[in-house]
Amino acid sequence: MVVMEKEEIPHPAPPLELQKPPEPEPRPPVMIKVDDVDFCYGTHQVLFDVKLEIPPRAVTAFIGPSGCGKTTLLRCFNRMNDLIDGAHISAGKIELEGHDINAPNVDVVDLRRRVGMVFQKSNPFPKSIYENVAYGLRVLGETKKSRINESVEKSLRAAALWDEVKDRLDSSAYGLSGGQQQRLCIARALAVEPEVVLMDEPCSALDPIATAKVEELIYQLRENFTIVIVTHNMQQAGRCSNYTAFFYLGRLIEFGATSKIFSNPSERKTEDYITGRFG
Amino acid sequence: MRASRRTRNRIAQTTAFWLFRFATYAILAAATYIFLDIGIKGSRTLFTTSAPFINVPFFTQGPQTLFVFDYEGKKYTLSDREFRAWKTEHPADVAVTSVAYSAGGVWPCIVGTALLVIGSMVLALAVGICSAIYLNEYSQNTRSIRLIRIAILNLAGVPSIVFGLFGFGLFVIFFHWNVSLLAGWFTLGLMILPAIITASEESLRAVPNGLREGSLALGATKWQTIRKNVLPYAIPGILTSSILGIGRVAGETAPIMFTAAYAMRDEMPWQVQRWTDFVFQGVMALPYHIYVVSSKIPQNEYTERVQYGAACILLLLVFAIALASIVLRERTRKRLSW
Repeated sequence: MVVMEKEEIPHPAPPLELQKPPEPEPRPPVMIKVDDVDFCYGTHQVLFDVKLEIPPRAVTAFIGPSGCGKTTLLRCFNRMNDLIDGAHISAGKIELEGHDINAPNVDVVDLRRRVGMVFQKSNPFPKSIYENVAYGLRVLGETKKSRINESVEKSLRAAALWDEVKDRLDSSAYGLSGGQQQRLCIARALAVEPEVVLMDEPCSALDPIATAKVEELIYQLRENFTIVIVTHNMQQAGRCSNYTAFFYLGRLIEFGATSKIFSNPSERKTEDYITGRFG
Repeated sequence: MRASRRTRNRIAQTTAFWLFRFATYAILAAATYIFLDIGIKGSRTLFTTSAPFINVPFFTQGPQTLFVFDYEGKKYTLSDREFRAWKTEHPADVAVTSVAYSAGGVWPCIVGTALLVIGSMVLALAVGICSAIYLNEYSQNTRSIRLIRIAILNLAGVPSIVFGLFGFGLFVIFFHWNVSLLAGWFTLGLMILPAIITASEESLRAVPNGLREGSLALGATKWQTIRKNVLPYAIPGILTSSILGIGRVAGETAPIMFTAAYAMRDEMPWQVQRWTDFVFQGVMALPYHIYVVSSKIPQNEYTERVQYGAACILLLLVFAIALASIVLRERTRKRLSW
């Protein structure tokens, strides 16, 4: 048998140079991989075949008109949608560093520590500034005062808030301005040292000056974190993101480097949206 | 055409306005009359014209029989104890009219009511808060949960006498607890439970969802979130609305008349032989005492004193509790605002 096969093999082989596939571009490492995801609220489907790969240590912006599923997808990444009755991924899967986040053996509490979130409406706890930042550490079981102190200062510094609040750490977080409150929420999310930080329209309730501060902060944070930001503000996406995904009616229309999406989009819809012709 | 419609509208508007105004004032008038009547007649019992201006025996003694008689042209109205002392000094035979419960005071009733309120509120709050947390934080909106909610609403509408009969059948007879504080606690606790659950759910719902999501997003478990970031902000609201429940527990007669209340008991609740007997003793209670002295004994001019006195004390008690709830609410409102 073996001999027979060997005899059948010889046939003219094409020249080696032609057979060689084109040199593959070095694939960027992937932090979050969204693989053909469909998502439903009950029977109402809001995401269709979404497929994208979010690179680590970069800012990825989700843009698109209201109701296009940006926030829904964002909330899938830390399974916040689990809290909504009937909401579920009906097809496809989401992987964080190669592991399916919806697998039955995944501890959702652990996932949420690795994937932090900043909400649209800043939601500091009605506690002191210090306790707000320390909260995440405390629920993780950290009791050492020195470790907590260190982490609170580090997180507040990372959120560019330390100099403004260092003298009043024990006063209520509600005494802060809107922009400071949102940066406090960012500091709070950073305190548990997540790998990914999700931001759901973090500047929608802020004035331009506070917005500029938060944007600057986001730009700095990408050195250490993977950031996914949902925004309605085109300029914001252009200013502070490395990659942009454009969604429309629950579908991902285009995903690529921000510079390309904004200067030379390959889809007509993207161009129309960015130039303000609709949406 | 247009002018006449405008006139008609104006008349309708004025009529409706006066109707509502009248209804409101009618309530006010009725309430004022009731409170004034009880307040004035009750204060004749509660206060005296000479120092210390407060009728101390009424607050510190148990109910006693009143003895009324004429002796040597003088009219005497003596309590049981006084009459016996008088009798030893004057061994003469006199024609005596005795009126039950109309002398002495209502101290054991106040104590009994306080014990009933404390015990039943502790029971109802413990069970009520737990089930409200389950319903509002943990349970999904399934058919069985909806059924439970309807059941709770219906339970709130059950007449209190039905609770009384239920407590009598289950606790007093079936569990052999007899007429006891324990049976009263459970009966009153069950009666107030739906109100506590509803109030607790309301307070839990008032805590913004952002706090829950913010906490969960930091890697807190559901229980950590509830314990550290939901309950602390809901507890003041729960307590405030529960205090109004205290008023109801303090004033109900029907649930305790078969389960916990004695018409008359000479010992105070702490005069028990063994401390384990404490929860198995019946007590006197203000609302039941009012019921007894106003409908269980022959009425005459001497019975009014204790009726209005007891009613006035109960009213003051409920007022004080309601006031405390308002103060508490205002305080927490200042402290917690989002």
